[in-house]
Amino acid sequence: MIGTGKIKQYANVLDKPLGKGKQEVSLSAFAFLFSELVQYNQTQVDNISELETRLEDAGYAVGARVLELLCHRDKGNRRETRLLGILSFVHSTVWKVLFGKVADSLEKGTEHEDEYMISEKELLVNRFISIPKDMGTFHCGAFVAGIVKGVLENAGFPAVVTAHFVPVEGQQRPRTTILIKFAEKVLRREARLG
Amino acid sequence: MDTNDSLRVASLWYSMHAISQQLSPTNGCSGIELLEVDTFDLHCFQSLTGTKFFVVCETGTQHMEALLKVIYELYMDYVLKNPFYEMEMPIRCELFDINLTTAIQKDRVALLGR
Repeated sequence: MIGTGKIKQYANVLDKPLGKGKQEVSLSAFAFLFSELVQYNQTQVDNISELETRLEDAGYAVGARVLELLCHRDKGNRRETRLLGILSFVHSTVWKVLFGKVADSLEKGTEHEDEYMISEKELLVNRFISIPKDMGTFHCGAFVAGIVKGVLENAGFPAVVTAHFVPVEGQQRPRTTILIKFAEKVLRREARLG
Repeated sequence: MDTNDSLRVASLWYSMHAISQQLSPTNGCSGIELLEVDTFDLHCFQSLTGTKFFVVCETGTQHMEALLKVIYELYMDYVLKNPFYEMEMPIRCELFDINLTTAIQKDRVALLGR
């Protein structure tokens, strides 16, 4: 081989440095894979809420792994202990790595203290998906909600995360909002930390 | 034109296309691409898998092949990547309809200036 020095062989695969990996993946390939995931789960369940739960569980697994990877790769093994810290981590770093851009906005809920919303004009996973009328309130963004839940729960901030369509006047397609509702103990801890 | 009429036209066209492939005097014919009649033109595009897209337009309309290719791309994006679409069924995908009307409007504006 011309130009390359001797490649260091690692005896143990765990010693190999964690590479950055390929930055880009084909959107079509992902779209087909996700479509197949939804179709497969549709055959296994009886109703829509079970389908959403299944997608959420799939996302949870992704979220747990993404948290570990990003903590090591992008944050130098620092651990987030504050609520706003972990939320902005999800909103910028996680979104950037998974979808190539930061989320559109992060808002605090006005009605309840424990609610936060990440909203997006159109989720990447939903880009090619049209929900038929008889599916009602089903949202394929349950997968992304699962990812967020996986990240938050494994970082020590248990929460209930759901995805909703929010109709916007002047636009044909509704916006998507990921609603995050933190558990009691998270708020108590946050209050204690001041 | 309702769904039944569309299905009727589509099956009629499918048979005609297949018969024309057999009847053609030249070898390696891939079927009818253009049908010109007094009152309308019919342009047909066949994909590698045999799925046919055809458009019925006024006589002498230009750039229909390009439009058909655009429609093929839209079909691939918004219909085939949709998990709720069953193959061979009539297409009831909202995104496909929206983008289809946009593509045709854009085409109309470009061609006729209105």
